[in-house]
Amino acid sequence: MNEGLQIEKLPIGLAGFDLVSNGGLPKGRTTLIAGTSGSAKTVFAAQFLVEGIVKAGECGVFVTFEEAAEDIRRNMMSLGWDISEFESNGQWLFVDASPHPEIMTEVIGDFDFGALLARIEYAVKKVNAKRISLDSLGAVFSHFTNASVVRHELFRIATAIKHLGVTALMTAERTSEYGDIARYNVEEFVADNVIILRNVLDDAKRRRTLEILKFRGTSHQKGEFPFCVIPGEGVVVIPLSSIQLKQRSSGIRITSGNTELDNMCGSGYFRDSIVLVSGATGTGKTMMTAQFMAGGARNDERCLIFAFEESREQLIRNATGWGVDFEQMEQDGKFKIVCEYPEVGSLEDHFISMKAEIDAFKPNRLAVDSLSALERVSTVKSFREFLIGLTSYIKHQEIAGMFTATTPTLTGGTSVTEEHISTLTDSIVLLRYVEMRGEMRRGITVLKMRGSNHDKDIREYQIVDGKGMVIGKPFRHIGGILVGNPTYVAPDEIDRITGLFKDE
Amino acid sequence: MKTYLMTLFVTGDSPRSERALHNLIELCDKAMPGNYSLNIIDVLEQPNLAEEEKIFATPTLIKRTPSPTRRIIGDLSDYNKVLLGLGVTNYE
Repeated sequence: MNEGLQIEKLPIGLAGFDLVSNGGLPKGRTTLIAGTSGSAKTVFAAQFLVEGIVKAGECGVFVTFEEAAEDIRRNMMSLGWDISEFESNGQWLFVDASPHPEIMTEVIGDFDFGALLARIEYAVKKVNAKRISLDSLGAVFSHFTNASVVRHELFRIATAIKHLGVTALMTAERTSEYGDIARYNVEEFVADNVIILRNVLDDAKRRRTLEILKFRGTSHQKGEFPFCVIPGEGVVVIPLSSIQLKQRSSGIRITSGNTELDNMCGSGYFRDSIVLVSGATGTGKTMMTAQFMAGGARNDERCLIFAFEESREQLIRNATGWGVDFEQMEQDGKFKIVCEYPEVGSLEDHFISMKAEIDAFKPNRLAVDSLSALERVSTVKSFREFLIGLTSYIKHQEIAGMFTATTPTLTGGTSVTEEHISTLTDSIVLLRYVEMRGEMRRGITVLKMRGSNHDKDIREYQIVDGKGMVIGKPFRHIGGILVGNPTYVAPDEIDRITGLFKDE
Repeated sequence: MKTYLMTLFVTGDSPRSERALHNLIELCDKAMPGNYSLNIIDVLEQPNLAEEEKIFATPTLIKRTPSPTRRIIGDLSDYNKVLLGLGVTNYE
């Protein structure tokens, strides 16, 4: 391959996008961003310039056909971008081509967009712009009744922009999420590259995604990637499928916070592993996370817990009952509780705020209690993507993770949560109720432990005030615990006398 | 003091611009002889003025007085419409 013929990419500096686009937008070319109303096209177009100014020192020109420049300044201020400041520094220039309803304008005879083109060229030269955004092409068609002239003239502008040596972004409207690329078929004449922003209503929940439809002559990741619009950051693309399975791995073991459980796992979890704790309500999942946190704090590790089921006060009170002093741990500065109601945001929002917490606190251990609560606020697809994103993110940071999942039935059974996560986790610990002779007892087993031998028994455990989980002996002669139907399996006479536990 | 103050934005010497200018002068000489002032701006030479007035298409005619301000886009080929647009009513 001749290097000179390859299309260079311009990293645009937009979180996640440069990853899914394999390096950014094709440099010196025009890319069309198409999306329905409310799909964050204008934000994307503005952010393209903002990132250029802030991260690369490249000036930008914003051509607006729809909203007045003043409206854009005000709207972008809510995302934390002070466009007037960029303007006064000579880094941002508006070409305001929005309609003026206050002045009567009529069309008599032939016309062209010569004035607009002259203004764009003038603006680009004036600030030596490297990036230009045009928002949005569809609005031009509503200014003029003669669509064929508008098409011809937009084509002329698109061609002229190619010769200005800038990387351009143009936005266009779509009428449906899965239909024509853009209204008026603008994609046919303006761009070699097309990106689609979607804002799909799925199961009463909004889900924003970005898809790179084509990059002529260069590569990109395929498919839809979820994204969020966040104040202070703008569009944040979550690059799930471009996450690579290349995290480092270590043989270092860490304590689960419970000596007997450590023994069951073959002397503790691996330092960079993810443990899933699955159990019905009341089996002690939160207790296991509390002990996991306490075990870390004892070894001077930083621990972070995301609690989606209980308030901070509840959690601290309950932990005290298990002999874990969360308040003291927090005062020591090695521990942090983040409580949030799952319904406050979409799963994508949670993912980004969790990532920010992790980046800020830099924990060695992380617990999420529970994934099932998060599952409530999302669609199946979003949830799976969230899990992949979160697990690979914390693995890259070499953080030990513990997630909990609630099973829907009291005894036995698995949850949908587990279905999605079991292949992503390194270890699975099951907590199950065992009904024996009219009594509810609790059983724990290590179902999976990647890279290590582990105890295959199902052991009884008790939750003891002030101590937490106390693991006892294995159940013996009891089958069907995991399928939720424990049966007594032909014990001999001696066993019946010595109870249900074998000697060790 | 002339009654009609107008500015015509054109792009260089493109046929469309030439046509608009020709049409406008012919029309004004008939409808308002000696009573108009016309300023012609070439957006290729003075794009900053096009920016100030937020001119989108060329040719664009702006009539400032008598108020209200009116804008007419196009080569002004339909005289009757142009006269209506300019608010000229006493011309037969």
